Amino acid sequence: MRSGMRYLARRLAHGILLVAAVSVLSFVFAKLAPGDFYSDLQADPRISRSTIEDLRARAGLRGSWPAQYAAWATSLARGDFGYSLAYQGPVAPILWERARATLLLTGTATFAAWLLALPLGVWNAVQRGTWKDAAARTSLAVLVFLPDVLLALLFLMLAVRTGWFPTGGMRSAGFESLSAARQAADVGWHLALPAAVLVLGMLPVLVRHVRSAMAGALDAPFALAARAHGIPRRRRLFRHLLPAAVNSLIPLAGLSLGTLLSASLLVEIVMGWPGLGPLFLDAVMARDGAVVLAVVMLSAVFLVVGNLLADLLLYAADPRIRVQ
Amino acid sequence: MTAHSMRLRLSLCFLALLHTAVLLAGFVAPYPYAEQHRDYPYAPPIRPHWFDARGRFHARPFVYALVPDAASGGYREDPSQIYPVRFLIRQASSEAAWQDFPRRLFGVERPGVLFLLGSDGYGRDVFSRLLYGGQISLATGILAAALSLLLGLGIGTAAGFFGGWPDALLMRGGELVMALPWLYLLLAVRALLPLHISTVEAFLLLAAIIGGVGWVRPSRLVRGVVLAARESGFVQAARGFGAGDGYLVRRHVLPAALPVVWTQASVLIPQYILAEVALSFLGLGVGEPVPSWGNMLAEARQYHALLNYPWLLAPGLAAVPILLGYLTLADALSEAPDS
Repeated sequence: MRSGMRYLARRLAHGILLVAAVSVLSFVFAKLAPGDFYSDLQADPRISRSTIEDLRARAGLRGSWPAQYAAWATSLARGDFGYSLAYQGPVAPILWERARATLLLTGTATFAAWLLALPLGVWNAVQRGTWKDAAARTSLAVLVFLPDVLLALLFLMLAVRTGWFPTGGMRSAGFESLSAARQAADVGWHLALPAAVLVLGMLPVLVRHVRSAMAGALDAPFALAARAHGIPRRRRLFRHLLPAAVNSLIPLAGLSLGTLLSASLLVEIVMGWPGLGPLFLDAVMARDGAVVLAVVMLSAVFLVVGNLLADLLLYAADPRIRVQ
Repeated sequence: MTAHSMRLRLSLCFLALLHTAVLLAGFVAPYPYAEQHRDYPYAPPIRPHWFDARGRFHARPFVYALVPDAASGGYREDPSQIYPVRFLIRQASSEAAWQDFPRRLFGVERPGVLFLLGSDGYGRDVFSRLLYGGQISLATGILAAALSLLLGLGIGTAAGFFGGWPDALLMRGGELVMALPWLYLLLAVRALLPLHISTVEAFLLLAAIIGGVGWVRPSRLVRGVVLAARESGFVQAARGFGAGDGYLVRRHVLPAALPVVWTQASVLIPQYILAEVALSFLGLGVGEPVPSWGNMLAEARQYHALLNYPWLLAPGLAAVPILLGYLTLADALSEAPDS
């Protein structure tokens, strides 16, 4: 167990170092950008140069880079995530609200995608070499060829033409006056289409991995032994073979977890979901550096944590790693 | 010929066909990309006919004139005016650009119009713009992939062959890039640079950003192959005979890495084409009036377009055969017995 703790500590330190490096890198990047939030004001003849310089100084855009970085990092540590010039306030409240919306969307979609992919992949692996497998694989392959943007636009078109689904947003007007159950239903109704687009985007990759992992387990000698022992088919597949196949799926699950904040950027923008995607795009366009940095940092942390969790899970699940 | 090499050839031919059509957009497309037909905004796709209103067969397909239809607010065909489709037609246009040919593969005499995939809000032919737009989208994808692969090949070879601190540095740097979500990184880097620039600058910038951000995965794969090659018997033997590093890399290590590079190319190009589509769609790529699949799709996103003008989604569909071709190629390449 001692070696386990050491492994954990080493991976954790590595992750923290990585996040720190990412913060420095993205900060330097943001500083290298020509122009800032106030650049557009310079075109306005009524505003004097000294006023703009004043504004810059007050916003903390002057001074040496290390000093600015230190100020930003302190704000990050305090949980403010910097000061947004466009929203005239700390980034954190906006960031958390948007991140919650994104997590709701991607969490639902990821969960649904895995829930569909596991039985589909297992079934495909069992049917290997038959026309059913080929048919399932072809129809999933078609999904791979559809760009995300197109898929999102097609679903949006469905919503616009039939009126069955809302065409954007997360809540209907008058949301506050609804009962709790109605509120949940309303959010679910808004969630359906963007989540469906994400599920269709994730599904082919997941199914392919589950299928190949299961195919490996099916070929293993213990699968034959289990069969010879007369263990019923469903029990054999899901209780004996699937756990054995899980090892090679753990990194993929880590990636699913890690991209929870970043997978839905385009879909959110196209379908008007009020998550991190639109916030990020607007901030990029307005050169609201604090918001851009906050979103990048948060999604980088998620990616690092996702990979870390996958490493730890793999360590717990696969004894062979401990030997190395 | 095995089924495998058959698939390889088929996908290559298919891709070659698509790329040629796009490359020769100045010849294949009936209209220059900027030519506006102000009388025909949002015209639906026009179908070529072989049988006229009286049921008579025409060996040369023709289209009817399009007239506004007050009842539906759209257009209807007027069977009394017939415009036969002409091949190798010579039509002067004030909007002709440098890539345009003096003759067009097909078209109809003015004032007839031939909108195979309908027209947009300015009455510009969507089919023509789709072909021209493909020039930007495909060229960005290919150029960016070439850049990524060159960087990946250089960095991966250096890291794998020399090991030590260059290896550690390069791989840690790669980890850093991988820790950032890809699309966010693209957007952020694009936003660092001026937003209002000329078409050529925007195109080169886009390719440079997409390619420059994507070197990590190819460099890791190359590094793996190079590591294996460095320890292999024939490289050790060559070293024993007194071969220098430069010779070893050129003669023995790089050739071993080439299959990986080709497979990666077939994976990266479609991915980068989609990246260009996404960036232009968000207004961060090539700007009007020059078309790219992304900025064309941006128009399809508007409410009234989704409701009434579904043909504006055509540029999104155009990406489908391209992806199909490249991904089939990637599949065939990665299954190749000798890679």
